[in-house]
Amino acid sequence: MGTGSGRLYAAVAAGGFRRYATYRAATAAGVFTNTVFGLILVYTYLALWDERPQLGGYDQAQAVTFVWLGQALLAALAIGGGGFEDELMERIRTGDVAVDLYRPADLQLWWLAADVGRALFQLLGRGVVPFVFGSLFFPVALPREVSVWAAFLVTLLLAMLVGFALRYLVALSAFWLLDGTGVTQMAWLAGLFCSGMLLPLNVFPGVLGEVVRALPWSSLLQAPADVLLGEADPLGTFAFQASWAVALLALGRLVQSAATRRVVVQGG
Amino acid sequence: MTDTAGTSETADRAEPGAGAEASAAVDAVAAFIELDGVEKVFDVRKKTGFLKRERRRVRAVDGLSFTVSRGEMVGYIGPNGAGKSTTIKMLTGILTPSGGRLRVAGIDPSRERTRLAHRIGVVFGQRTTLWWDLPLIDSYRLMHRMYRIPDARYRENLDRCVELLQLRDLLDVPVRQLSLGQRMRGDIAAALLHDPEVLYLDEPTIGLDVVSKAKVRGFLRDLNAERGTTVLLTTHDLQDIEQLCSRVMVIDHGRLMYDGPLAGLHEAGESERTLVVDLERELPPIEAPEPARVVRVEGPRQWLAFPASASAAGLVARIAAEYPLVDLSVREPDIESVIAKMYAERAGA
Ligand SMILES: Nc1ncnc2c1ncn2[C@@H]1O[C@H](COP(=O)(O)OP(=O)(O)OP(=O)(O)O)[C@@H](O)[C@H]1O
Ligand SMILES: [Mg+2]
Repeated sequence: MGTGSGRLYAAVAAGGFRRYATYRAATAAGVFTNTVFGLILVYTYLALWDERPQLGGYDQAQAVTFVWLGQALLAALAIGGGGFEDELMERIRTGDVAVDLYRPADLQLWWLAADVGRALFQLLGRGVVPFVFGSLFFPVALPREVSVWAAFLVTLLLAMLVGFALRYLVALSAFWLLDGTGVTQMAWLAGLFCSGMLLPLNVFPGVLGEVVRALPWSSLLQAPADVLLGEADPLGTFAFQASWAVALLALGRLVQSAATRRVVVQGG
Repeated sequence: MTDTAGTSETADRAEPGAGAEASAAVDAVAAFIELDGVEKVFDVRKKTGFLKRERRRVRAVDGLSFTVSRGEMVGYIGPNGAGKSTTIKMLTGILTPSGGRLRVAGIDPSRERTRLAHRIGVVFGQRTTLWWDLPLIDSYRLMHRMYRIPDARYRENLDRCVELLQLRDLLDVPVRQLSLGQRMRGDIAAALLHDPEVLYLDEPTIGLDVVSKAKVRGFLRDLNAERGTTVLLTTHDLQDIEQLCSRVMVIDHGRLMYDGPLAGLHEAGESERTLVVDLERELPPIEAPEPARVVRVEGPRQWLAFPASASAAGLVARIAAEYPLVDLSVREPDIESVIAKMYAERAGA
């Protein structure tokens, strides 16, 4: 892969960014929803941490920060759905994926680029406002050191990769199942629950906690949050996320080649 | 890129009487698309009851052999479900044949899909390669990168397509706001920016109005004539074929039924011409010599059908001698009915 394809995928990512930017009303509605959800969760957490201070090792400010971070990342990482996968599954179902396949571009890289573009837009367009709102009106625990913020940005990038890789596998299932609603819903539930979006994973007790913290979904929210809150060693977190990213992307490639070799493209 | 060899081969082709061996020899040298006994079998699983499933095999393409030379413009027609789209998908490499041998520009498409992609252009009339939410020009910029088209070449080709397909005012319009005809022209341009040697078109005029169809046809004719681009065209609109293709292939049930000039279809389809005669007054049906026969009488006007291959002169002379003839005209069989007849015969067989 040379600079030529680098420029191609950069263009795809830029397109992904601009596509979402064209839907202003949807973005505004999303910001509103994220803020309202954030408020509901924050008041729930405040009540919970009043009862059990230091729950999961977080103080109240850390718990509140976790909520607003979750709302900021929800759309960007498409944890509750809404990423490229719906579109790709629809293309597989209708056979439009044929168009993607006869082009001299790699299916996985193409969609990765498009999804990274989308994620960056949604991080800025939908994430920043709820996060700033939360930090202004609630007690939050934000780091002062630039290095921590830098490490946090790296974890975000890795989170995007892991999130993409998971959803790519979900999307490819459409080659076999055609109707992917069941798989999407399971992935969506797993995402919400296992990423920590509903409750931070360090609150989960015993073996259950051990397991969910080791699963790939914890790379999405728990890992970046712990780095931002100073609860985790950045290098270890990078390694954890990167391992999942590499493993899942490789698995995606394997499934992709099986799908395009054996499975039939739909429609006339 | 202009291919001078293309024109001479088109000339070869235009001669339908050429011996099969001779033309096969020409094809062997120049064949650009080559199919030899190609098959595609789909396994379809059908639910026949609770938890019960039946496996059925559909032979979409069944032992198909043909060659297309560089610079040819070939119509590829057949009834619904004949296997046209399946053939095109195999030619692009997105479907792997179940059997037989298939080569495009010497490349096995399904094995080297990406390498082949740089040399072919594809338009599926029912799908789009354009970026739905973004202005048309964005999709073209993407093609520029994807096919690594040299900058000067890209600008030249884009200008040419924009000019000829009248896309100037549409470049900044999001694709989702384009009409079907505009989108189709946009898609055709997108398929040509990288100077493909061959263009596959699967129903490129579907749903277009008369004016848009004419624009698309004119453009394709020029493309083939000026650049020598090989064109394989699938359509249900026989005017596309009549106006563009010197050669037509008819397939049905995945098999080649006819391959030759369009005019030859009349003979292959055993089509009939119609003689319309106006007599002085209402008379009983004319007693015409075999195989001509009266098919319709309406007052003093009568319609007689006779084989397209037979001469009308004898028939006209006979009628003029024996009946009070006022006026007459001969109607050529229209290709639509010839093909409809051909399809129907197949379905009955
Ligand atoms: N993905 C698929 N799975 C199963 N069968 C298929 C599939 N695609 C095509 N077929 C079958 O293969 C046959 C040929 O289909 P194809 O789409 O090639 O026809 P076509 O000539 O393009 O028809 P049309 O004029 O309607 O577009 C049909 O019987 C169709 O049902
Ligand atoms: Mg078709």
